[in-house]
Amino acid sequence: MVKKLSEMKPGEVGTVVAINGSGNIKHRLVDMGVVPGTAVRVMKYAPLADPVEIKVKNFELSLRVSEAQMIEIEVQ
Amino acid sequence: MADNTHTKIEVALAGNPNCGKTSIFNNMTGSRQHVGNYAGVTVEKKVGDAKIDGHDIEIIDLPGTYSLTARSLDELAARNVIINENPELIANVVDASNLERNLYLTAQLIELEQPLLLVLNMVDVAKEMGLQFNVKKLEELTGSTVVETIGRSNKGTEDALRGIVKVSKERKIPNVRVNYGDVLEPAIAELEAEVAKLDTGRYPHRWVAIKLLEQDTDILEKVQELDKSGAVLSKAEALRTELNKSVDMDIVFQEYRHRFAVDVFNGVLEVVPEHKDSKSDNIDKILTNRWLGIPIFLFIMWVMFYLVINVAEYPKGWLEDAFKLLTEFIGANMDDGLLKSLINDGIIGGVGAVISFIPHIVLLFVCISFLEDTGYMARAAFVIDRVMRGVGLHGKSFIPMLLGFGCNVPSIMGARILDNPRDRMITILVSPFMSCSARLPVYTLLAAAFFAPEDAPTILLGIYVLGIIVAVVTAKVLRTYVFKGAAEPFVMEMPPYHMPTLRSVGIHMWERSVMYLKKAGTFILAASILIWFLTSFPQDVEYSKDYDAAKAEVTAMHEQKADSILDEAQLANDEDKDKVSAIYDQMLALDEEHKDDPKDEEEEATAEDATQDGAEAADEKEEVEEPAYFEELKAEELYPVAWNLYVNHKAEEDEIKELDLQQGKEKIEQSYAAQIGHFIEPVTEPLGFNWRVNIAVVAAVAAKEVMISTLGTIYAIEASEDDSTTLQEFLANDPDFTPSIGLGLMVFALLYLPCLATMAVLKRETDSWKWFGAVFAYTSILAWVGAYLAVHIGRALGLG
Repeated sequence: MVKKLSEMKPGEVGTVVAINGSGNIKHRLVDMGVVPGTAVRVMKYAPLADPVEIKVKNFELSLRVSEAQMIEIEVQ
Repeated sequence: MADNTHTKIEVALAGNPNCGKTSIFNNMTGSRQHVGNYAGVTVEKKVGDAKIDGHDIEIIDLPGTYSLTARSLDELAARNVIINENPELIANVVDASNLERNLYLTAQLIELEQPLLLVLNMVDVAKEMGLQFNVKKLEELTGSTVVETIGRSNKGTEDALRGIVKVSKERKIPNVRVNYGDVLEPAIAELEAEVAKLDTGRYPHRWVAIKLLEQDTDILEKVQELDKSGAVLSKAEALRTELNKSVDMDIVFQEYRHRFAVDVFNGVLEVVPEHKDSKSDNIDKILTNRWLGIPIFLFIMWVMFYLVINVAEYPKGWLEDAFKLLTEFIGANMDDGLLKSLINDGIIGGVGAVISFIPHIVLLFVCISFLEDTGYMARAAFVIDRVMRGVGLHGKSFIPMLLGFGCNVPSIMGARILDNPRDRMITILVSPFMSCSARLPVYTLLAAAFFAPEDAPTILLGIYVLGIIVAVVTAKVLRTYVFKGAAEPFVMEMPPYHMPTLRSVGIHMWERSVMYLKKAGTFILAASILIWFLTSFPQDVEYSKDYDAAKAEVTAMHEQKADSILDEAQLANDEDKDKVSAIYDQMLALDEEHKDDPKDEEEEATAEDATQDGAEAADEKEEVEEPAYFEELKAEELYPVAWNLYVNHKAEEDEIKELDLQQGKEKIEQSYAAQIGHFIEPVTEPLGFNWRVNIAVVAAVAAKEVMISTLGTIYAIEASEDDSTTLQEFLANDPDFTPSIGLGLMVFALLYLPCLATMAVLKRETDSWKWFGAVFAYTSILAWVGAYLAVHIGRALGLG
């Protein structure tokens, strides 16, 4: 099932399918390793529910929910 | 370049943030570092020297980056050094515990076609995680030389330096390529052939071709200059359009670089570790916990604020005491005059002002490097980002803004923790509106003078809140109109938790303090001398009377009186006279000893007497209370005689002081500062500030608390930030002042030009006179408008 990264719950695991949008944010995400085909695990949300912390390529990344909305994940 | 042993080997040190590059740099260069800026941009450039086996090495520490695009100043600066400064090699620090991601930058460095040394760092952490790599294979797959290091415990530093020497001698360009696949490669080759017709200097043709296809703005501009016929650019455009049909040109190159990194990583990995929850994950579960996260964050912020602002006050006090002693020493040993005033009030005052910030700065950078090195900084931003984003700022901005309530100087310097230049600039520009602790005594004085004690706290709170509102609005305006453009990504790495080393904290702290002294210090000193000049010149003022003669008269009169006291006492012999003078000397000695004691009520009472009639108060003050510490002397038979002498002496001191204060008042009223005060009076008139208040406003540019002592001088009374009770009475009784004007002055003190030291670091951190001027103008206008509204709203509310 494909859903947005921002819709995933902590502990859920999936694979990046696509990154929507364009510009600096998209480039930054890709530079940091969020590329199609990469495994992603949602670690947790911040106390105020935004940003969200994920694990990619064995390291942790924090991104705002608005940025997580751009990422489509095939959830296992 | 013929003999390598006698020329410096130049190395560019590249690497991801959090890969341990800084500790490698520190290990290699020790204290032989200097910090500057890259030409034209506010990206910091660190250069250091190292030595190994008789070879001199110069290391340029590039900004830590994940990539080398033209999208960020840091990344652009890093790649421009590699291309334009033509280092003999690139040393790429890679984190062995996070190798796959780190190799993504390596892929981009390989494309720059320079000799490459891979410094495989944190091999201990990788080992602990169960990772094992084939180093030979890594050399082969990246076309580089590999050395292993543990930066935190300074292991492998010499190997790394020898590696630099070896690579610089071999001058071997990596013989590997990032493969962009069957669709892109033919296009790259086609464009590369076109690019080869241009003289691209040090820019590798293949790399330029790739960057053109990627629409790299910097390379597009550069090629535009070279490509007179436009053949290359139109070719690139055509290829892009064609390729766009089959691939996502936005990210396809990045994807292949990641594929390269993955391939190298899988090729060198010998043991695949089992996944288990790391220690870091467990710490993180607590520190960013849903319920505990914010309380822990607030607690850590409180500790930091306490250290940087409150604890720093102790060493600051010692430094100030030392300077006071020096001033007293010079005061006692130099003739009164211009030079003495210059040294004491101008130079020592200025140097003292510069030095007194050092404890704050040292502790600030201890805290910042601790937070950054441990990895908590990223978590702090994670926890509070939601709040800061509301005002268009980054989570990390919270820290400098908070520090602003203590002192704007560490606040502005602390804005360095922000990676994105836009966030950093906005944070710097709004920090001065956080009411610093130096403004507090000004507020309390004015609140106490014009408002009922029960209203004062509300007024104070209101002023602080007003500062925050102005900061938030300013940030919004700057974000919307000045620093506009596409949204900046927040995407941020959360590095694993580490225990920081004393060495790295120490070096960071030292570097910042020296930079502050060098860059901001000279500015503060010069400006302090200027303010001194404005308030103490011209020297040849016309006084209403001859103060020197008046003081001589006072002295003569009291000497006479002392003689008559002794005569009246009808002392029997010289021995008794000696006794009297011995007791008298002891009294003065005791006075000296107790001069720093807290004021007793009696003195307060005399202060109130003085209020009723400034000039003649001294004469009325005949009652001198016996200090309690004279008790031990009272047993002496001749104590009453000595006591009369003492009273006489006190009266003389008071009268002289009164004359001094009067003289000071007359002098400052004719100073250049007063002339400025007169000059700007038409502007401040709607605010109800007369030229006397303007003098205080001008002088307080040096530091906000100076407003109190200057107002004191103007009213010819003693006043300091620690004790302004007398001044409070004078202000309350001054017919030119009303509560509304007092409120206006508070708002003005909040908003107008932050102190000199703040302006100095603001200039230094923005590296721009333009912003310096803009802040000058903006704060002045804002202060005027704010004070105007405060005064008129106050009047409308019937404050008077």
